[in-house]
Amino acid sequence: MKLLVTFSRKEGKKPIIAQVVRDTGVLVNVERAIIDSHEGEALIDIPDESCRVVKERLTDLGAAVRILEDEIVRDESECIDCGACIGICPQEVFSFDEDFRIRMDARKCILCGRCIEVCPHRALSRRGAI
Amino acid sequence: MRKTIQEINERIREGNARVVTAEEMPRIVEELGEEGALAEVDVVTTGTFGAMCSSGCFFNFGHADPPIRMEKVWLNDVEAYAGIAAVDAYLGATEKSTTREENYGGAHVMEDLVSGRSVELRAISRGTDCYPRRTLTTEILLESCNQAIMVNPRNGYQKYNAAANSGDRVLYTYMGMLLPSIGNVTYSGAGVLNPLANDPKLRLIGPGVPCFLGGAEGMVIGEGTQASPATGFGTLMVTGNLKEMNTEFLRAATMTGYGVTLYVGLGVPIPVLDIETVRCTAVRDEDIWVDVIDYSVPSRSRPSLARVNYAMLRSGKVEIGGEEVRTSSLSSFSRARMVAAELKKWVEGGRLVLTLPTRRLDPTRRAEPMRETVQGPRVVQIMQHRVPTIGEDEHIREAAARLLKGETNHLPVVNEEGVLVGIVTTYDISKAVVNPGKGNYVRDIMKRRVITTTPDEPVDVAVRKLEKYNISALPVVDREMHVIGILTAMDLGKLFGGRWLK
Ligand code: SF4
Ligand code: SF4
Repeated sequence: MKLLVTFSRKEGKKPIIAQVVRDTGVLVNVERAIIDSHEGEALIDIPDESCRVVKERLTDLGAAVRILEDEIVRDESECIDCGACIGICPQEVFSFDEDFRIRMDARKCILCGRCIEVCPHRALSRRGAI
Repeated sequence: MRKTIQEINERIREGNARVVTAEEMPRIVEELGEEGALAEVDVVTTGTFGAMCSSGCFFNFGHADPPIRMEKVWLNDVEAYAGIAAVDAYLGATEKSTTREENYGGAHVMEDLVSGRSVELRAISRGTDCYPRRTLTTEILLESCNQAIMVNPRNGYQKYNAAANSGDRVLYTYMGMLLPSIGNVTYSGAGVLNPLANDPKLRLIGPGVPCFLGGAEGMVIGEGTQASPATGFGTLMVTGNLKEMNTEFLRAATMTGYGVTLYVGLGVPIPVLDIETVRCTAVRDEDIWVDVIDYSVPSRSRPSLARVNYAMLRSGKVEIGGEEVRTSSLSSFSRARMVAAELKKWVEGGRLVLTLPTRRLDPTRRAEPMRETVQGPRVVQIMQHRVPTIGEDEHIREAAARLLKGETNHLPVVNEEGVLVGIVTTYDISKAVVNPGKGNYVRDIMKRRVITTTPDEPVDVAVRKLEKYNISALPVVDREMHVIGILTAMDLGKLFGGRWLK
């Protein structure tokens, strides 16, 4: 299961994720992280069964946590099933089905954003973004 | 056995014609043999749905009151070519909006019109005695234009080379995003379903032949621009009525970092007249080979990284230099199938009868490159031939002195053999002085990854490197990486007043 963790960096450079790993004993896989002076955003992957405890601990430490599901959305009326999104996705989220229609396995997505940029028909976007 | 076009049309009119798509044909030929397939099948329908940059539309807007001779015309701020007649204009699919740039262009105007939206027409003129008006702004609908005739100077590519990038940065091309180090391969075209792949000798596709274009009944006008059937890259010029098209088969698109283009569905029905037609339409994805072209080389003759066929491309992976690389298509095979299926319905239903070309296109045509009489400038013409360099084991102080003496900001670093191994700039040295922790020698502070140019590289390519990497100088090297000069942003000033820079 993937969690998007956002934390403020105002009170210094607390190693939040390391802290969670130590406190919960859950091995966390950091798939992507953007950290600047004000804010940090990390995309982590954890076993489904540890979701609750990791989430709670992160929240205790002051982070905002969101479970990522179907984060990339495809507008079916715009998509023409070209497949331009297939080869550039590092996570193999996209594939063709037997009829050469696009199939998505959005759970694997790490939000790199490449597919949004590459879709010639602007059919892909991030949920909530306009 | 042979069949005539009249016999086939007779069957179409009676509703008895056997029509199959080009995808079905190889199996039929396998099962029934060539003679059997000839007896069985009357028409093979083809289809493709991909980016057709070379698309556009002629409009006649009707006369305004008082009338205007439109000298410049914009549709939703996309300029159309108005040097035709008073109220005619040709809108090209790739023309960009003057206000929305990358995200909107001629293709979007066409899609908007086809989907029934109104579009702002703006025109200006100097005014004449017969056409006194000087400006015009109005909203138009597709239905209110006298004509909206799509004419695609080049469409229906027989096949198209695949693309990859062996360079070290992402490339944004009309072939989509190409990841560095051959991270992906992109391709376009419907392979087995492609019209010209099913008639490579141009026996049955030519001027006057009906086709499917953007959902409308269109017509092949003749050879497309840049047609090169002799090398397997034939193209067609086609036309159709935009008013009859629909957005299922006509879609605007934007290739990030490249620009706007139009996706159009095109299909041509092929009458099965003889064994030769059977053989040609039995073509499979496996039989259509293309090169994977390396787009990192900024030259017309880009090298091929591999030869692959459409079956390999469509499988999702191809092998290049022993490594598996994922492929993605830019054109839609599922829509190409829809085009072929729709066309099949039209013929079966008697809506479309077939025609032979009024004149045969030349299958031996070959597109030639441009003959340039004036070469653009090369790096050697404006580079500095004398360039101070420094050894990697020298002290930083020495580098500073040499920079000062040479009145330059860049010092290529060379090893004992004079081979380029790094570069230091005035900035690197100032930094080293302020933060002395890193070390005292050139090798401690130099940048090891140096972007270079060669003496015969066109200046335009070198300029793009400077911009892309956001740097201000390129060491000029020979084949053995010996430094033979340097090109700085300042040297480009030598071209000012010349003909190459705006
Ligand atoms: S690139 Fe866009 S249009 Fe093409 S298949 Fe993917 S989502 Fe659909
Ligand atoms: S955002 Fe990145 S990882 Fe997610 S689907 Fe798009 S390309 Fe794949």
